[in-house]
Amino acid sequence: MKAAVIKTEGLKKSFKDIEVLKGVDFTVRQGEVFALLGSNGAGKTTIIKILSTLLPPDSGRAEVCGFDVTRQPDKVRNAISLTGQFAAVDDILTGRENLMLIARLRDVPDPGRVVNSLLERFALKEAADRRAGTYSGGMTRRLDIAMSLVGAPSVIFLDEPTTGLDPEGRMEVWNTIRALASGGTTILLTTQYLEEAEQLAGQIAILHDGRIIANGTLEELKKLFPPAKVEYVEKQPSLEEIFLAIIGNTKEAAHDAEKEAGE
Amino acid sequence: MKALKDTGILFDRSMKHILRSPDTIITVAIVPIMIMLLFVYVFGGAIQTGTDNYVDYLLPGILLMAISSGISYTALRLFTDVQKGIFQRFHSMPIARSSVLWGHVLTSLVSNAITVVIIFLVSLLMGFRSSAGLLQWLGVAGILLLFTLALTWVAVIPGLTAKTADGASVFAYPLMFLPFISSAFVPTATMPTAIRVFAENQPVTSIVDTIRTLLYSEPMGNDIWIALAWCVGIMAVAWMIAMKVYRRVH
Repeated sequence: MKAAVIKTEGLKKSFKDIEVLKGVDFTVRQGEVFALLGSNGAGKTTIIKILSTLLPPDSGRAEVCGFDVTRQPDKVRNAISLTGQFAAVDDILTGRENLMLIARLRDVPDPGRVVNSLLERFALKEAADRRAGTYSGGMTRRLDIAMSLVGAPSVIFLDEPTTGLDPEGRMEVWNTIRALASGGTTILLTTQYLEEAEQLAGQIAILHDGRIIANGTLEELKKLFPPAKVEYVEKQPSLEEIFLAIIGNTKEAAHDAEKEAGE
Repeated sequence: MKALKDTGILFDRSMKHILRSPDTIITVAIVPIMIMLLFVYVFGGAIQTGTDNYVDYLLPGILLMAISSGISYTALRLFTDVQKGIFQRFHSMPIARSSVLWGHVLTSLVSNAITVVIIFLVSLLMGFRSSAGLLQWLGVAGILLLFTLALTWVAVIPGLTAKTADGASVFAYPLMFLPFISSAFVPTATMPTAIRVFAENQPVTSIVDTIRTLLYSEPMGNDIWIALAWCVGIMAVAWMIAMKVYRRVH
């Protein structure tokens, strides 16, 4: 079994009177794509913020790459990259300049080459010297994720990476994440879309009411439910069928009336 | 060292914003220039200030007015960075946190300096002349820089806490208005007592009087110390509140 890269134990966090996390435990192993699945307000973003050193937990422990997030935040920041819920891209700078900015801040050797290869990899070469403000939603997200990859961090947090994207943009981002995962990067992503977790993640944890209520591979989660059985259910008409039936009837009735009038 | 380097990189970034939308600098300069034209060529003839040329009297107040409105753009740029999650991205990276604010603060100093130079050039065309020597000019530059720095830290507070873009910049309007109730446009002697007391004891008057004294090589009184105390005091209080807000919110 591979080494644990992310580990939380009894993580708790409250905002004023609201207890958002009530003791969250999970482990993500090296190279895994781990999805935190939960509805809006379940606390997914709070977990991401704690793990990326933006927010201290009230109690419990969280470790990333063996470093404690509250006691060794600098070490954690060196190992991670965060792609937040909204694309954190500078609209005034070009795509290339956005990547260059991060490369310089991260002290990456040979930044020009790193930036060029990321532009190529994320199909942004054509648009590299255009302002990021002119990009489509999918392109902006791709640039956003590319910015997170500068300096090759070993852990990447993706907070609802496809929220607000059209289906095409979503497919683009999914392909990007799959490519990342095949490169061996550990990925923790949050999503409220069941399909997204199913498509991308090797491990899925369901966060509900401040706790992880289920955790495992898709196959393991499926086993938690009773096996599929065949049932016969009386079919109720859908609104569409009712609608069509009524329209059809009146048409027929009108037709009949016309006929009668004509005769 | 790391903090200085990161500040430099982030300063470079937000200067690109300024250079790519020079309209912000022009917008900041245009209103004070209009007011300067209005006061010199329309009202100026009827205003008795004891100087040969009204523009000589007016310029210091106009410069302060321009800086007061210029800093609202700093608040706006900070607000946008917070809103877009760019601060969050920086904070999850291994960079010095203070540099994220200082990058914006330095940009504010430079962009306001550009505005000041533009207005100064216009005032030269309008007949502004000064007998100041190099040392006095350095003094004027220094006090304007200090005033900009103090107000920039004031601007950081709404920039970090505002809920809307309008909320981030609205604080600048009362600041822009302060020069009107000071010695910037007319001597305070003719004002009714209550207003005169306010005018003579608010920061703009002492700063304006100090700049005038430097520009016309007059003997320096206490004004410069009062002006410095105001600038340093405002800066210290604003800086402390800004850092507190910065640590709490981010």
